[in-house]
Amino acid sequence: MQVQVSIESLYRQHAPRVLATLIRRLGSFDAAEEALHDAFAEAVSRWPGEGVPDAPVAWLIRVGHRRGIDQIRRRQTARQHAHLLVPDESEADEARDIADDPLRLLFTCCHPALPMSDRLALTLREMAGLTTEQVASALLQRPTALAQRIVRAKRRLRAAGIPYEVPDAAELPARLPGVLGVIYLIFNEGYSCSDGERVVDAPLADEALRLGEALADLLPRGEVFGLLALMRLHHARREARQDARGELVPLEEQDRRRWDAGQIRAGLAWLERALALTPTDPYTLQASIAAVHAQAPSAEATDWRRIVRLYGALQQQRPSPVIELNRAVAVAMHDSPEAGLALLEALADHHQLVDYHLFHAARADLHRRAGHREAARHAYERALALAMQEPERRFLARRLAALDAAGPVSAASGPSGSAAPGRGSPA
Amino acid sequence: MQYVALVYYQERLIEAMSEREWHDLNQECLGCVERLTEQGHFITGRALQPMESATSVRRRDGEVLVSDGPFAETKEQLAGFYLLEARDLNEALRLAGGIPPARLGTIEVRPVRDLPPKDETGDPS
Repeated sequence: MQVQVSIESLYRQHAPRVLATLIRRLGSFDAAEEALHDAFAEAVSRWPGEGVPDAPVAWLIRVGHRRGIDQIRRRQTARQHAHLLVPDESEADEARDIADDPLRLLFTCCHPALPMSDRLALTLREMAGLTTEQVASALLQRPTALAQRIVRAKRRLRAAGIPYEVPDAAELPARLPGVLGVIYLIFNEGYSCSDGERVVDAPLADEALRLGEALADLLPRGEVFGLLALMRLHHARREARQDARGELVPLEEQDRRRWDAGQIRAGLAWLERALALTPTDPYTLQASIAAVHAQAPSAEATDWRRIVRLYGALQQQRPSPVIELNRAVAVAMHDSPEAGLALLEALADHHQLVDYHLFHAARADLHRRAGHREAARHAYERALALAMQEPERRFLARRLAALDAAGPVSAASGPSGSAAPGRGSPA
Repeated sequence: MQYVALVYYQERLIEAMSEREWHDLNQECLGCVERLTEQGHFITGRALQPMESATSVRRRDGEVLVSDGPFAETKEQLAGFYLLEARDLNEALRLAGGIPPARLGTIEVRPVRDLPPKDETGDPS
């Protein structure tokens, strides 16, 4: 049982790295994926008896490579030509190649010849080893549509002759934004994994941070620093995001003493470097918002005016209904729940938000604070119907129950009523 | 790999050019072909007469239908093509980016497809 669990965690942790090297050595995504599964199947049958090898990744690459070549040779006997697939490099070159393989995979999956949505889907699937359902949720898409997208994207990689390589210095700047977008999505997936019991999936967030830092070495640019700042500052809150019972705690109710001071320091240091180079870059702006939260002693004592301004700047740089949603929530905190609600209602028909549980959760919360109990109940129920993640569902259910426990709505609570007691708009 | 680079632009941009600009663009294209040839990337390629010279042919139920004009109305019109030899898509895109009309319109880059080998026996006709 112990070894079983360890194979699963090794799969999650190392499968992308093994896959990245197998794609290079076997010259095909499909052959590499098959070889990867063969390698893990062999691990499942051998490791419980023999024990986990000291270097499991190297073991899996070795076995996968051998099985992949066997497969290719078997198929090629039927064909006229055969390629020799055994690497003929020195051990040092091969070691460097293996270290670079995840970046090679990343840049290939993020190739601009693929539509952006394909890049995200493919990278999350291949590079982060997520399930199709998890990728679909992270991208606000339906799982069936996403599965087709991945098949199409892989076919396109092959048919278009997209090379398996890290782009050279001249090409790198143009290729960067797609890669950063993907890393950030991996990070977010690590933060709120779909369908699961867990609130936090640290290895995935760590993987995104690791990729980001590797990229920062490769390409020391403000955008990369901004993304790293953003991820570190969010990462700092991960322990506070759930209570002792594993229940979700929203930002404004988090025990800020549980925020990781080391992560915040690291985040602020990345932010400083980013601000010096790319102050209006979307990641730098988002990191600036996270930094305002990170440095505020409480939700009430947060500089919401600055956050509203930063979201406004962000909306200008990269217009998105999700950013407008966040701006509306900040406006509600700075001004009044009604002011936030007015902004949210204007977004209600947006196709990206109609089935987005966090949109309805935000609406519910603002209605609750404004004292509109029926509207709040409606929105919580809608959010609950859409939320996939158990802790989020339990959080929404608790809010819904609290709404019922609050007793009849007082006739006095109208549009001019103050925000919810205990918090809401700062003075 | 072999790639076709299809050159598209709005013909009205060309029509609006002065004689001098048109001459210079053509000279630039000749230089581009020369360079691609020297580097071993140029297999073949031609510029095309304007869209008004296009004729479309279809065969339906054995009947040949001829009509004037292109098959589909597009915002940009096909103006020429290159058949290029490139290591991979990245190289093909770099080469296509150097084709002078890339700054006027769009170069569509497509890998060529090899037809399957001819059947040993049996003639389809």
